[in-house]
Amino acid sequence: MHVPVLKQGDYLIASVQSVLSDADLVQLRDDLAERVGQFRSRGVIIDVTVLDVIDSFATRTLRAVAHMLKLRGAETVIVGIQPDVAFAMVQLGLTLEGVGTALDLEEGLAYLDRLARKPVKHGK
Amino acid sequence: MENNEACVSINSAADIVTARQKGRALALELGFDGSDLTLIATAISEVARNIVNHAKSGEIVVSPMNHSNKRGILVVARDEGPGIKDIAKAMQYGYSTNKGLGVGLPGAKWLMDEFDIESKVGKGTTVTMKKWLH
Repeated sequence: MHVPVLKQGDYLIASVQSVLSDADLVQLRDDLAERVGQFRSRGVIIDVTVLDVIDSFATRTLRAVAHMLKLRGAETVIVGIQPDVAFAMVQLGLTLEGVGTALDLEEGLAYLDRLARKPVKHGK
Repeated sequence: MENNEACVSINSAADIVTARQKGRALALELGFDGSDLTLIATAISEVARNIVNHAKSGEIVVSPMNHSNKRGILVVARDEGPGIKDIAKAMQYGYSTNKGLGVGLPGAKWLMDEFDIESKVGKGTTVTMKKWLH
């Protein structure tokens, strides 16, 4: 299922709504890379609260998204990884090294506010 | 009452999701709880992806196990793909022949209670995994 991406000020919020196939994940990666440029976003939140499985492919793709967006000048934070999912990821030896994570959307926004300093508004 | 076994044929990445959902549904029926459900679904996801990446097509069968003193879930992932030349290497964490993380097979082994892999070059690969209800 397609992941809707909302613009919230300087940030983009991608809110995963249902289970994701590999193709959906790749689509999300491409969408975000494009929109970060389109909206000149400083930060991106990917909300994975509904995901019941984050396997090696999903981990690799999320990591790739975060690193790609970093190269495009935006910080990424993954929010909402469920306790059971976190446990399975640890068992699998999967890490989101170099990728920001936060408990939920609110914490994710706070994380970005700290990292992606708001740009100075010119002429206003 | 006999719980239903389910067979999912794996032909594309989209079938990976179906396989893990069927596995999770059966595990839930059998009485597994939260974290075990996630471990089982994740293990199925890894072995299903292995089929898609290496054999193109195959099948995953999930079924209940009823022994005298313990019950559990059996997952069999079967393909008639190229087979694995060096199983020891394939089971090595971080080893991948296709730019993956090399986490799939060894990872699935960690997630389940029992794990067995048989493979013949040119014939295919069968992965058998079990998780017991505690």
